[in-house]
Amino acid sequence: MAQAAIELIGINKSFGAVRANRDINLEIGRGTIHGIVGENGAGKSTLMSILYGFYQADSGEIRVGGQPASIKTPNDAIALGIGMVHQHFMLVDNFTVLENVILGAESDALLKKSIAKARSELERLEREYGLEVDPDAIIEELPVGLQQRVEILKALYRGAEILILDEPTGVLTPAEADHLFRILRQLKDQGKTVVLITHKLREIMAITDTVSVMRQGTMVATRETRKTTVEELAELMVGRRVLLRVEKGEAEAGAVKLAVKNLTVRDTRGVTMVDDISFDIRAGEIVGIAGVAGNGQSELLEAISGIRRAVSGSVMLDGKPIDLTGAADPGELRDRGLAHVPEDRHHVGLVLAFEENENSILGYHDDPRYLKGPFLNIDAIRNDARDKIAKYDIRPADCRLKTANFSGGNQQKIVLAREMEQDPGVLIVGQPTRGVDVGAIEFIHKRLIAMRDQGKAVLVVSVELDEIRSLSDRILVMFAGRIVGERGSEATEGELGLLMAGIEHQEAAL
Amino acid sequence: MDVFNAIIQTLDSTIRLSVPLLLACLAGLYSERAGIFDIGLEGKMLVGAFAGAAAASVFHSAFLGLGMAVVISVAFAMIHGFASITHRGNQIVSGVAINFIAAGSTIILGQAWFQQGGRTPALQPGERFEAITLPGAEAIRDVPIIGPIYAELLSGHSILVYLAFLMVPFTWWVLFRTRFGLRLRAVGENPAAVDTAGISVAWLRYRALICTGILTGIAGAYLSMVQNGGFVKDMTAGKGYIALAALIFAKWKPVNAMFACLLFGFLDAASIRLQGSPLPIIGKVPAQFMQALPYILTVILLAGFIGKAIPPRAGGVPYVKER
Repeated sequence: MAQAAIELIGINKSFGAVRANRDINLEIGRGTIHGIVGENGAGKSTLMSILYGFYQADSGEIRVGGQPASIKTPNDAIALGIGMVHQHFMLVDNFTVLENVILGAESDALLKKSIAKARSELERLEREYGLEVDPDAIIEELPVGLQQRVEILKALYRGAEILILDEPTGVLTPAEADHLFRILRQLKDQGKTVVLITHKLREIMAITDTVSVMRQGTMVATRETRKTTVEELAELMVGRRVLLRVEKGEAEAGAVKLAVKNLTVRDTRGVTMVDDISFDIRAGEIVGIAGVAGNGQSELLEAISGIRRAVSGSVMLDGKPIDLTGAADPGELRDRGLAHVPEDRHHVGLVLAFEENENSILGYHDDPRYLKGPFLNIDAIRNDARDKIAKYDIRPADCRLKTANFSGGNQQKIVLAREMEQDPGVLIVGQPTRGVDVGAIEFIHKRLIAMRDQGKAVLVVSVELDEIRSLSDRILVMFAGRIVGERGSEATEGELGLLMAGIEHQEAAL
Repeated sequence: MDVFNAIIQTLDSTIRLSVPLLLACLAGLYSERAGIFDIGLEGKMLVGAFAGAAAASVFHSAFLGLGMAVVISVAFAMIHGFASITHRGNQIVSGVAINFIAAGSTIILGQAWFQQGGRTPALQPGERFEAITLPGAEAIRDVPIIGPIYAELLSGHSILVYLAFLMVPFTWWVLFRTRFGLRLRAVGENPAAVDTAGISVAWLRYRALICTGILTGIAGAYLSMVQNGGFVKDMTAGKGYIALAALIFAKWKPVNAMFACLLFGFLDAASIRLQGSPLPIIGKVPAQFMQALPYILTVILLAGFIGKAIPPRAGGVPYVKER
């Protein structure tokens, strides 16, 4: 193994009673790409924050380039050549790229010289690593992929030799992620060390040289990437065997439950996002909608669930029309047996400041089961919440806990439990496992298939192609607001990828 | 020529009336751009006015008065900082508390020290800032048009008036041409970005509040040592709030702030001038209406005429390092 760029020896860190890191030992080789995987809350981000000087370890030693290092603030880390690209970008949105790059690393009390220096330095970095960004562009006008590039430039501008990336692909499209990986390989070829934190195992396999696995605050294993498998890593992460692809029987499709005809939806700016779409969902099948984010899937979901008004078109639920062009009413749809698990659980699905039991009846609070005269029946609500917690294995099992204190996977289970337990005829799910751990993904997928097997009609929209292929009985691909193809569950990734990129669609149009 | 003279005089009082607004508005600009809402501009001006007049009267020096106004005002800004930066308290509550403390303590201390019902003794010559005659003003006074504009409008103000207007380009330069300004704007938009860049968020915000305190101190000194010959209780009379409105109206930009304050100053000057005199067509307008006009216009302007004013994104939110 090459000389170590970073050694962590016996790192411990607690937040109150929670031991986020226990006795961590880790060695990262110079000039390698080192992956760190683990479920949410396994302590990956805490460990990296200690390395970047955001937190102090309670005990343990850090060595950088073989020398013991004392890292008390991000400044110390920067001085040691450690740079970090945070999961949520640390950029000032209404500043230019140049202003963001020099912030905190200005060479002079006046900006003029700093900016001139940064401009020529950026040109050099651009040539060397293929990191093209317009230095005068305003951050908020750039797509996320480019914003991330600015974060990388910021670190390199400060002379980073070791670059830590925290969940870098969470916000990227597949094409942007590929571009990022090319840049990371280039950095490695130039002798830089890259630490990649992620919970996406495919990325680990695709790009890293070495991978370390964390579970519940401990470092459970370090492997050479080419000598391990996705299955082994998943097992190490979760601590038990995990089915990455759920098993399911043949669908027994019945009568049409939801029929969408010629639906057209515009977004708030007046741009047509859903363009004359028609499809059916039958009882006992899962229909998956694949597509790169931003091709109208969100608007389609919002229109069908009654959150957004449609411009034209009709939707029939159990053979009876629902009026989506007039005053859309999610409550009425709920009463008629259409349940909706929204894409964005934080803004639409949950009130994070509420207790778990309050969220578990949100939207169903006028159901007589939860009422005692004009008042809420608190006992009934809490008992109901406890049942759901047990049935969906929501952790921690405390219905009085504030919802914000649950992990992403458990929050998603709260929403799923709420909607599924109403026994709806049609279930619409947006991004069922976004930000959810491997173990919980398996659980959620099993639940969705159980719904199907009970004869419900399920519509799943996801940007994760694996998920769509694993769950769906039929796959519809959306591109630029239209459905550009329908495939069975046996469709290959390459085939769907071409459809998602709109390539087949363009050829057909020629 | 009468109309011309009337216009010149109205504009002259526009300048005089907009100075305290402008200083307070720029003061608010420093703190709000750094992400600290400051509803306590009013209170800081008031303690500045009191400290300035009291010190000037006791020590017989206008400049000592000004210095004391600035020191006390900065001290109040630091209280706001201690509550809202160090202890992450609610910025509005802290600001309102400062206004109450200022209103009460100035009266109590004024009565205890000077026994004039909360007033400070009338300032004597030398204890106030006198008007400055610009070079050549008397020589060209009789030249038509240019003469009165130079001699009446531009010349003959106190040094604080010129200082206030010089603060506009200076503030612009600080914000957009210096490292401190870049960091100050950044901390008001995304303090986490500043923190991860290795800069102390708290120290940066404290420095912004020091700037705020200095400017509100000067604004207060102007009220009690230039506009008036001593401190009178509650003499700020809502100017701190009007300055905040002007700040929103100006979209947190220094040059816009100057124009916004001149507009509010003009409305004030016009309402004073037009009181009691009949207007063409409408006839005689009640004085109360003219006095209310600036406020009515403020509401109308803020409600619809300026488009969307986007405040600094991290404004009002205490910075907590996230896990």
